[in-house]
Amino acid sequence: MNTKEQKAIVCRDLTKRFGDFVAVDHISFEVERGEIFGFLGANGAGKTTAMRMLCGLSHPTSGQAAVAGFDVYRQQESIKRSIGYMSQKFSLYENLTVLENIEFFGGVYGLSDAKLNRRSERLITTLGLGQEARKMVGSLPLGWKQKLAFSVAVIHDPAIVFLDEPTGGVDPVTRRQFWDLIYEAAGRGITIFVTTHYMDEAEYCNRISIMVDGRVEALDTPGNLKHRFAADSMDEVFYQLARGAKRAAD
Amino acid sequence: MKQLLVFIRKEFYHVFRDRRTLLILFGLPTAQILLFGYALSSEVRNINLGVVDFAKDPASQQIVSRVQSSRYFNLKEAIPTYDAMQRAFRENRIRAALIIPAGFNGDLRHTNRAQVQVIADASDPNAATTITNYLTGIIGDYQRELNATAALPYRIGTETRMLYNPDLNGSLNFIPGVLALILMIVCTTLTSVSVVREKELGTMEVLLVSPFRPILVLIAKATPYLVLSLLDFTLILLLAVFVLDVPVRGSLLLLFAESALFIVCCLSLGLMISNVTASQQVAMLASMMGMMLPTLLFTGFLFPLENMPLPLQWISRVVPARWYYLIVKAIMLKGLGFAAVWKETAVLVGMALALLGVSLRNFKIRLA
Amino acid sequence: MRTLKFLLRKEFRQIFRDKSILAMIFIMPTVQLIIMPLAANYEVKNIQLAVVDRDHSSYSQQLIAKIGASGYFRIVADPRSFRDALRLVEGNRADLVMEIPAGFERNLVREGAQNLALSVDAINGTKAGLGAAYLTRIIGDFNTDVRLEWVEPGRFNPMATIEVTSLNWFNPRAEYRFFMVPAILVLLLTLVGGFLSALNIVREKEIGTIEQINVSPIRKWQFILGKMIPFWVLGLIVFTIGLTIARVVYGIIPAGSLLTLYVFAAVYLVALLGFGLLISTFSDTQIQAMFVAFFFIMIFILMSGLFTSIDSMPVWARTIAYLTPVTHFIEVMRMIVLKGSGLADVSRQLLYEGLFAVVLNGWAILNYRKTT
Repeated sequence: MNTKEQKAIVCRDLTKRFGDFVAVDHISFEVERGEIFGFLGANGAGKTTAMRMLCGLSHPTSGQAAVAGFDVYRQQESIKRSIGYMSQKFSLYENLTVLENIEFFGGVYGLSDAKLNRRSERLITTLGLGQEARKMVGSLPLGWKQKLAFSVAVIHDPAIVFLDEPTGGVDPVTRRQFWDLIYEAAGRGITIFVTTHYMDEAEYCNRISIMVDGRVEALDTPGNLKHRFAADSMDEVFYQLARGAKRAAD
Repeated sequence: MKQLLVFIRKEFYHVFRDRRTLLILFGLPTAQILLFGYALSSEVRNINLGVVDFAKDPASQQIVSRVQSSRYFNLKEAIPTYDAMQRAFRENRIRAALIIPAGFNGDLRHTNRAQVQVIADASDPNAATTITNYLTGIIGDYQRELNATAALPYRIGTETRMLYNPDLNGSLNFIPGVLALILMIVCTTLTSVSVVREKELGTMEVLLVSPFRPILVLIAKATPYLVLSLLDFTLILLLAVFVLDVPVRGSLLLLFAESALFIVCCLSLGLMISNVTASQQVAMLASMMGMMLPTLLFTGFLFPLENMPLPLQWISRVVPARWYYLIVKAIMLKGLGFAAVWKETAVLVGMALALLGVSLRNFKIRLA
Repeated sequence: MRTLKFLLRKEFRQIFRDKSILAMIFIMPTVQLIIMPLAANYEVKNIQLAVVDRDHSSYSQQLIAKIGASGYFRIVADPRSFRDALRLVEGNRADLVMEIPAGFERNLVREGAQNLALSVDAINGTKAGLGAAYLTRIIGDFNTDVRLEWVEPGRFNPMATIEVTSLNWFNPRAEYRFFMVPAILVLLLTLVGGFLSALNIVREKEIGTIEQINVSPIRKWQFILGKMIPFWVLGLIVFTIGLTIARVVYGIIPAGSLLTLYVFAAVYLVALLGFGLLISTFSDTQIQAMFVAFFFIMIFILMSGLFTSIDSMPVWARTIAYLTPVTHFIEVMRMIVLKGSGLADVSRQLLYEGLFAVVLNGWAILNYRKTT
């Protein structure tokens, strides 16, 4: 138990079945506090399912996992208080303004009014959204929406934030800025758990795991992985592993 | 041609894959037919009647027992006082009260003239009229029996013949109405919502950049609903004939042809709605609220059109279901031929052409 | 509590921002409440009567004049033959045909009896039944007139006569709109509340924002309550608008206390919205939610006693009707508005409605899963 509390995430043989289909097949790994942990895999490899179990959105079929020291079976609501989450699909309210979104999500995570004011001011300045603060979120360009969604996901200073392909469809410059935000959050001690398709992004992570057909096939620092697979880039590592995949990407 | 078939097949998949759509397509008509057939009747029966019998003599008891044996009334309780009666009305325990004054038998025997009072809860005015009629009838029968020996002179009798519906089968009236209603929902609502959904999801764009001509896109969208509507029509007809004993007196072929015409009319209306609305919610609310209630009200199957103020009667003329309702009644129940419905048919043809023209034009404009 | 405050603020903002939906919430019921009672009028008046008068006597003229003056019938034509009259019926231009045979007056006077033939378009049973009943009553009155003309009053005395006097309570002039307006108000409230609540949660599912809610520490009951309260407030506003219209346009002033009315409406709305939210938690897309809501609301309305009396239903149907929240509210509306029933009089219905509210909302909360 003691070690578990040291780690941000501990995962032992975590499994999710949908009927006959084993979406996540006995995965085990640990994530350290303050770490930026990259969670890679082809489409359909089971990344999102695994992440949803860790966030308490989905019940595991078997295995154990603890997030921020809380059990994913029994303490889902406690987990939810200690994490932030940014889903694949953009999910702030498009028909609320930037400020209203911040206020809402800050509010439901129990920030006091004073804290809420301070944080939303800081957030708007950091993102340079001063002009847009009172505009509908729906009218912002995608890149800004994503940055805003991330900032909202960490507004309550969670222990861990889960990011599900946060930079999908975003231009390279914005992606770079997005990663600056991630580093800034990690600097505040927030553990980052991020899935991505972009192999250059994988290089920004402290450690990465690569999932193939529901299993974690590799887990190490980017440097070590490249070394082990004798590859020049993460791209190559990924191809070598994913080539063996049986599941069709969907 | 082959492309078109592939396209139509895709539309069929869309419709049949969604269980809830099927619920509306086949569950709703079935439920409605059964409800109207077995549960809902405009007849007034099982009326909770309170008897306030201040007389409690042989004559009053005879009247009470006659009322009791009538199939229209439920005699729940004897009500002792006027106050108790008022309370029973307020609590909705009785719909009407029969008050027999003290000394009823004596009055009747000695002066040959007695009075009873009927109080009806006229918050439902038609029921009140009917209840009063029933009670007056029962008392009239009793009175005739008392006078059995003396025949009334100068009697005008009436022989009443019930045309088209001698058994007073309540189903006859609503079957054409339900047909119109269901076809309207299936064609108009489903078509408009499904097209708008494609617009919302962006798949419409894909179709529009494909080599299909816009008219083909429209045909493909509309075909499954045309087929489904005809299926629904057949289902309702079968239920009506075999479960509810509703006759089809006229030509079945003509009935089908007219129904197909009505369906095309509604499909065009649906396409038009989808052209002018941007979101599913608006399309739904527009077709449900905008179409449902007018169809219910203005076909004339629930409420007589001739009672409506003139402006509403004019509005009813632009509701396609109204014309279809008349056609179905004429062909199915009255056994009339095309000659009797050509005017209504012409109106529907005109509406269909106008609606189709407008929606096609809008469609092209959007493409340009 | 604090979480709920933020949820409510968010919901209200979203509702008031969508002008087209907002317009529908308020304008649709207003317009329909003004129009529908005019259309939903089942006063049996203006029955179209065709008279085939083969007698052309003074009696036949008197009878026709008496019918015409009754106010129930409109004498539409004077066809020569029954065939012509039937054609009028076929073309929906006549509902009833009365044939006065040749020699009507002569036979009545000489032989003491004569029959008239009535033919009724019986496709619409109510209209046929009431029409024939009215006509028979008028003919009966005419009969009495004739008799009085020929018979010495003295000869009548041996006949026992029971006079029936009838009173219409709660709606003395038997105005149909008094019956319909309160019920139509319930109907509109049900449509607005039912559809909006059914579409609401599922909309968040469709656009994906529900995920963000589900990973947050928001409690399930907080979420459902946050959805419910705004619609509840809107519903009460719509209800108030409806009562105002009933008063201003139709002159209907509730005979009972407004407070009782609002207490019941408040409980009813909780039940109704719980039902809508329950559908919403079951559905994946807005279309599904709408269809399911539509299906049930349609059945609810048909069974509610709005158009046809519940007492006349067979037992199984009555059971279904009583398991429907709408039924009780329509009944109670008519009771309070027309009869002045008080809270004690409607306590049974209030209890039912309360049960619906608890069960439906409880079910909605249970069925809404933050974790799948």
